[in-house]
Amino acid sequence: MTAELVMDYLGALCLAAGALFALAAAVGLVRFPDPLSRMHAATKPAVFGLLLVLLGVALTLRDPKVITLVTFAIVMQVMTAPVSGHLVARTAHRTGQWDSEHAVVDELADDQSADKDD
Amino acid sequence: MIYILGAAATMLSVAAILTLWRLVSGPTPLDRIIASDVIVAIAIAAVGVYSVIAGNATGLPIVLALSLVGFTGAVGVARLISSSEGVRRLFDRRRAMKDDDDR
Repeated sequence: MTAELVMDYLGALCLAAGALFALAAAVGLVRFPDPLSRMHAATKPAVFGLLLVLLGVALTLRDPKVITLVTFAIVMQVMTAPVSGHLVARTAHRTGQWDSEHAVVDELADDQSADKDD
Repeated sequence: MIYILGAAATMLSVAAILTLWRLVSGPTPLDRIIASDVIVAIAIAAVGVYSVIAGNATGLPIVLALSLVGFTGAVGVARLISSSEGVRRLFDRRRAMKDDDDR
């Protein structure tokens, strides 16, 4: 067992774990009932699954150029994923395309009705 | 090792097919845009698996480009849906103004 072999296997396991995250997200997309709960499933592979996959690539290829590219890709994904997630959730709430009957708490609607009363 | 990578590629294929089903069946545009976000994430993961199997880094610029611009589609469609109500009101108001001018 050399260090290279260990890193190769660790990288492959990271890739498999990332792929498992993607599969779980796809199952959640098919099974969950409304856009907000589907978003809950969909945002997992976009950040943590991607982090695992790119970590696997960096562990397997072990090249400084690759590690630089992978770090930059992870940083960019972490910066941009919340933007789209926030906007999609905001649109789902504002256009009423979500399961508001089963929601335990809806603070945005409370704030909006308080604004209207003023 | 190739078995682990094969299992990862198989899981990604199944995930892509399931996500594609959600993309096709909807029912709302938001479900479709969420599904297309997941497809972008699956594509990035697939390029990563390909790079490891092929043993070279030629695919990694694709990963970088997708992680840079992958969010713009969701942002655009979300803005379009949330403002389409306002656009319709603006359209109705303009039409009413035009009717007044014609009279």
